[in-house]
Amino acid sequence: MALLEIANITKTFGGLKAISDVTFSLDKGRIVSIIGPNGAGKTTFFNTLTGIYKPDSGTIKFNGKSLVGLRPDQIAACGIARTFQNIRLFPDMSVIENILVGMHIHLKQSALQTLLHLPGFKKEEKEAEQKAARLMEYVGLKRVENELAKNLPYGAQRRLEIARALAADPQLLLLDEPAAGMNPQETEDVTQLFRNIRTDLGITILLIEHDMRVVMNISEDICVMDYGEKIAQGPPSEIRNNTRVIEAYLGRGAVAGQHEEKLQ
Amino acid sequence: MVSSYFKELFDRANQGRLAYFFVIAHIFAGTYLVYTQPRSNLAFLVLITSFLSLYFFRTSSRFKLVAGVVLALVIVPIVGVRNIFYLEVIFQIAVFAALALGLNIVVGFAGLLDLGYVAFYAVGAYLWAFFGSQQFYVLHFAPGTQPSDLPFLLPGDTFYMFILVGIIVAGVTGIILGLPVLRLRGDYLAIVTLGFGEVIRVLANNLDKPLNFTNGPQGITPIQRPTMPDMVVDWFNGIFGGVVGHDVSPANLYNLMFYLYALIMIIVIIFVTRRLNDSKIGRAWTAVREDETAAIAQGIPLVRMKLTAFAVGASFAGAMGVLLAASRTFISPESFSFMQSIGVLSMVILGGAGSIPGVILGAATVTILNLQVLQGFSLYLNELRQSDAVIPIINFAWKDLSTQLDPAKYQRLLFGLILILMMIFRPAGLIPASRRKRELDRDETK
Repeated sequence: MALLEIANITKTFGGLKAISDVTFSLDKGRIVSIIGPNGAGKTTFFNTLTGIYKPDSGTIKFNGKSLVGLRPDQIAACGIARTFQNIRLFPDMSVIENILVGMHIHLKQSALQTLLHLPGFKKEEKEAEQKAARLMEYVGLKRVENELAKNLPYGAQRRLEIARALAADPQLLLLDEPAAGMNPQETEDVTQLFRNIRTDLGITILLIEHDMRVVMNISEDICVMDYGEKIAQGPPSEIRNNTRVIEAYLGRGAVAGQHEEKLQ
Repeated sequence: MVSSYFKELFDRANQGRLAYFFVIAHIFAGTYLVYTQPRSNLAFLVLITSFLSLYFFRTSSRFKLVAGVVLALVIVPIVGVRNIFYLEVIFQIAVFAALALGLNIVVGFAGLLDLGYVAFYAVGAYLWAFFGSQQFYVLHFAPGTQPSDLPFLLPGDTFYMFILVGIIVAGVTGIILGLPVLRLRGDYLAIVTLGFGEVIRVLANNLDKPLNFTNGPQGITPIQRPTMPDMVVDWFNGIFGGVVGHDVSPANLYNLMFYLYALIMIIVIIFVTRRLNDSKIGRAWTAVREDETAAIAQGIPLVRMKLTAFAVGASFAGAMGVLLAASRTFISPESFSFMQSIGVLSMVILGGAGSIPGVILGAATVTILNLQVLQGFSLYLNELRQSDAVIPIINFAWKDLSTQLDPAKYQRLLFGLILILMMIFRPAGLIPASRRKRELDRDETK
């Protein structure tokens, strides 16, 4: 059964159709990429999915439950976690606190327990801390728990954002350009990390990415967007040779040129 | 750099036994000075800053606790009843510290700029002012026309219950105000809270008709205080009479009592604030302050968390309002002007938004500046004017100095300057907020 089913969603800003009649479905346990030129509507697609924007029309179903009209926090509580294109950590909180915030929806401590430090509270905090420590190790952050998030180097901030998203125990992880600004080695490392997340934790991953090495390397399925429309979907080998995709990226002329070359 | 030289000097003094020595010496010096010169502002400053020494010098927490208790519960009360003005200053510091701690939750933790915070303080104050006075029987009289022999609605001892009621009513007011407002961000929220603060003040000013709830600009008086048994008076004089040097009247003892109540409230507020801050709720507040979009993506319900911050902050102000009404026995809309809100806000920012010791220090600094330093300057200038003294070199006689030049009147100017300088040189406040450090027990065998 599909984990995520999106049917005919449209989102317009003024006269601009940011997403136009997109239908998309995602099976559990897969890694799928969304690619497309700048302005194709990829991030808007994420924002619509996570409830920051409300679609003008269409349906979004997650585990069979409609997400349209829910607030972003309610959608997060359904089991969808995300990272952001421009890293959005809580800069003046420590690394471990960032991860603990990610666990917000799972912490059951009541106000009374908190004020009186009843045993339930202490136990839960202790467990949360331990889980956060495990997550830090898992994404490759070493002994920086008390550093402020803003003081981490760029690559570590990316990793922390992923750890924070994982802290919510999501079923679906949305990654918005996770490899942006990374060098080849770092890119290699996070790609491996995503694979592990899928196999170890069974989390379905949907990612937006411009770095084609990552996309082709990791994706089982690629969805291509251009001018708000979905223009293709399929496995990497197929997408690589899809004329419409090449057109969207390189322009019609380039494709024509390519054809001529082939003809000669 | 001068500052690094001082820092080094301080670090050298702040070691081992030397630290204990300096703290004890400071407390003794302060106590001795105030005891021998009960009228000197400077002596009082020496004593009150010993709290700072106690905070900054590295001593064991048990020592800090004992010394803090001795200072707050023995030394301050004794010098306070010897010169009741000191007690008044300390009481005001305590009240403003409590207010600043409440506003700190809203502004410092949750990052919601609230420019009408004293509205909740007013709610608490008017609550007890109404139920703890004759006002209920004055409802049908215009201000000033009521007969003089009206009974009180409730006995004075219901004050204690009304502290709780004040907490609840102010908290609920916070939620009611917050519901429509907290969807707004930043600047809009500031404007709306500013308006709300004014609305409450204007209501207090005008709710003397058709039914006379607030007695208008004249304010409500007398407001009852909880009773003080004679036993307590005798007991206090029995123990401390010798040190104080004269018998303390019940009226002065009341001041002492309210100081102690304010102290208790501050301790409760600090306790609650710290516990909340170190939990899911506190983390959610900070997350909302840092990045709303990221916070909501972690499943944090924005509006509910902001409402909680608003309600908790408001409830502290409500409790302090009840205390204020009882301690002053008089309440008028003047006490709840916009400038008061700004004053409390500047304490938070001066001290360090989000930092508990910071905002207390901010409240103390601003209050002492207000009540003591500036007043002291004014008095000193006046003395000079009356003398025949002349400024040398420029040959200017002090008595020719314009009476307009009165430092106490330049309070706002000075605040403005201080805030500007703070924002430039120390934007995080006197004692900046710091995040709690956590010890993780890792499995080292791996």
